[in-house]
Amino acid sequence: MTQTSTTTADTGAGNAPYLVVDDLTVRFPTADGLVQAVSNLSYTLEQGRTLGIVGESGSGKSVSSMAVMGLHDYKRTQMSGSIRVGGKEIVGLSNDKMKEIRGADVAMIFQDPLTSLHPFYSIGAQISEAYRAHNDVSKSAARTKAIEMLDRVGIPQARSRVDDFPHQFSGGMRQRAMIAMSLVNDPKLLIADEPTTALDVTVQAQILDLLQDLQRDFNSAIIIITHDLGVVAEMADEVLVMYGGRCVEHGPTKELLTHPEMPYTWGLLSSVPDVDSDTSARLIPIPGNPPSLLDPPAGCAFNPRCAHKDKVPGDLCATELPELLPGARGAGHLKRCHLANPDQIYEREVLPEIPLDLTPATDDADTIAPENRD
Amino acid sequence: MTEPDVVPARTPAEGGSTPILEVTNLTKYFPVKSSGLVRRTIGQVQAVDGVSFSVKRGSSLGLVGESGCGKSTTGRLITRLYDPTSGSMKFDGREISTLSNKQMLPLRSEIQMIFQDPYSSLNPRHTVGTIVGTPLRVHKMVPEKQVLKRVQELLEVVGLNPEHYNRYPNEFSGGQRQRIGIARALALQPKLLVADEPVSALDVSIQAQVVNLLQDVQKQFDIAFLFIAHDLAVVRHFCPEVAVMYLGKVVEIADRETLYARPHHPYTQALLSAVPDVKQAAVGGRRERIRLEGDVPSPINPPSGCRFRTRCWMAQEICARQEPPLLQIGKSHKVACHFAGEFGSMPTSPITLNALGVDGKGEPIAGASTSVEDFQKPGYADTWTDVASHQAASASMVGEGGIGAGMTDEQRGEGGQRR
Repeated sequence: MTQTSTTTADTGAGNAPYLVVDDLTVRFPTADGLVQAVSNLSYTLEQGRTLGIVGESGSGKSVSSMAVMGLHDYKRTQMSGSIRVGGKEIVGLSNDKMKEIRGADVAMIFQDPLTSLHPFYSIGAQISEAYRAHNDVSKSAARTKAIEMLDRVGIPQARSRVDDFPHQFSGGMRQRAMIAMSLVNDPKLLIADEPTTALDVTVQAQILDLLQDLQRDFNSAIIIITHDLGVVAEMADEVLVMYGGRCVEHGPTKELLTHPEMPYTWGLLSSVPDVDSDTSARLIPIPGNPPSLLDPPAGCAFNPRCAHKDKVPGDLCATELPELLPGARGAGHLKRCHLANPDQIYEREVLPEIPLDLTPATDDADTIAPENRD
Repeated sequence: MTEPDVVPARTPAEGGSTPILEVTNLTKYFPVKSSGLVRRTIGQVQAVDGVSFSVKRGSSLGLVGESGCGKSTTGRLITRLYDPTSGSMKFDGREISTLSNKQMLPLRSEIQMIFQDPYSSLNPRHTVGTIVGTPLRVHKMVPEKQVLKRVQELLEVVGLNPEHYNRYPNEFSGGQRQRIGIARALALQPKLLVADEPVSALDVSIQAQVVNLLQDVQKQFDIAFLFIAHDLAVVRHFCPEVAVMYLGKVVEIADRETLYARPHHPYTQALLSAVPDVKQAAVGGRRERIRLEGDVPSPINPPSGCRFRTRCWMAQEICARQEPPLLQIGKSHKVACHFAGEFGSMPTSPITLNALGVDGKGEPIAGASTSVEDFQKPGYADTWTDVASHQAASASMVGEGGIGAGMTDEQRGEGGQRR
């Protein structure tokens, strides 16, 4: 294994990104044909930072993250490109080697804590197992560690609850137990796949608080996969919007959500109501359905649902896949779209009809809340 | 009524129409049986406990709350999928809580339901034509020969291709399946639709399509909706009136403008402050929020007095002793809290003593008259007492007992601030 840490140049920052995903492509051969789940995805993530991946079901957001965990069966999956975690290449790594990384350096929190926890084993036993898989310690030491972790994530009376079974925990407590399990080895990268979708809003707020506290304490990098733009707006430093297996827009959260440049992102913003938007306004849905990944549309995958494709000359949207390039607003904000002047269209046509008021705040808001950065 | 300061302002009669549905003191207890040979009832899950509300003709009432608060049970009681333990449900002026299944049959066509999961609520072995046509046949809405024609009409109404009547549910996407469920509910031209989380299983971009469709059919056919959801933003968008439930009780009910802008119950305040906000992107970082401690208590053994007190930052002694009545404090605003008030300026002494006829410790005062029945009436009265008057009237009743332990700022917590 070559352990040299490569590609530090692209961010320009002093610290090397902990996770580098470069030109990742994942394909699943099925009886119906080749499912093009993820195509040419590239991003980087530094420690202590949070990346939000947004998209609909079938947009490839979970598949790409499971690739980072090495969870795809290599025999049945066609993977190309490169994923480097802490400088170590993961694509093509043997399962035994992957086991050393998985759970120790990279951990994952799944969406549904009831199906992700084993119903026959106690919570404590499951957390201890994760700890002992990577640390040579006695059972009693692992149990102490499990109690410590349950206490850390806010389970009351952790000492007496450690022997409870998953069904004895409420939904929020199960999700906390999942988080305790994934954090037991102090991972440097945490992937949270829809961590709060199954939870109520007050519990969701508690879990998001917890993730932020833990990030502050352990300086982990976090990937948060969600379809809730509100969660992304409050949690993420950077946002990556996926559609049809490709990244269609990528940039810093504030920049991307206040000046989105891709019609799909506009559609996402205009189709959700807000708790203080105008109630007489109609929601503006994205017409049609998400594309089939068996046979994605030619050109831009979003073109059959796009309301602005007639603004691009020569039917370019239906014939040529746009490159992921910086837009007019600087190198940090990438978009995959043929539209020449998205900012103008957004301000003139989209923003006035959007139910939520997303007018960018004054620039003094640049002083980011302390919890966001250490 | 012993309320001294009645605000004289009168509301104009609400369009003169009677509500389509009036629910009074509705209760559903599920028995908990012991294990063993003789399965004795050893407890009761108090899923819905004394809920009152009304739904106006052609309008929508939203029911929000966290999982386990009894909102889905309420929906199923109204469609009589469950039999209520006690209470009254008047549909179109007719009492339906005590009707037998047979008596209920003709009414079933008028109350229909849309389910949450479009994958499990459609029979996979039936074609769309059969699914949507069955209610027509069962209720003999149209002659057999015209069933197909009507099915195609309905499919067109909900935005599906009428030619697809002979396809099976698995050939449709989630959003399209939800449309099939809506077509089935519309088949009998109901007056009331109970929509139990109709969009929460759908993708974001599809949710808006279905919400718009529901608004269209509501306008087109003048259907009243009981809209059950946990997504506060969708409920606000769809329903002019919203009720918040906690552990089987309605804690606050109001028109949407009041409820979302000036919530008076601590739970509603906490709920609203917890919704992640897209606009926060312009500011960066997290929004200040009210943090609730702990989990929802078990409905088998709910806390005494106010059910929210175990997680409430305002809770005092009286909250454990007396259950707060659902007081009307505005033209269309009712709240059940001893310390109801806007966030940041909530009263420090209980406002409900006068209404309950108790002193500051929650002990009943001899001779004080109460009007418990008034608090269980659905809808809103023409006259009401605002919070300040309630508080003034209650202050005189605190008595020598005082208001329990005085609350310090620390106990009240710093909480959060809604923008």
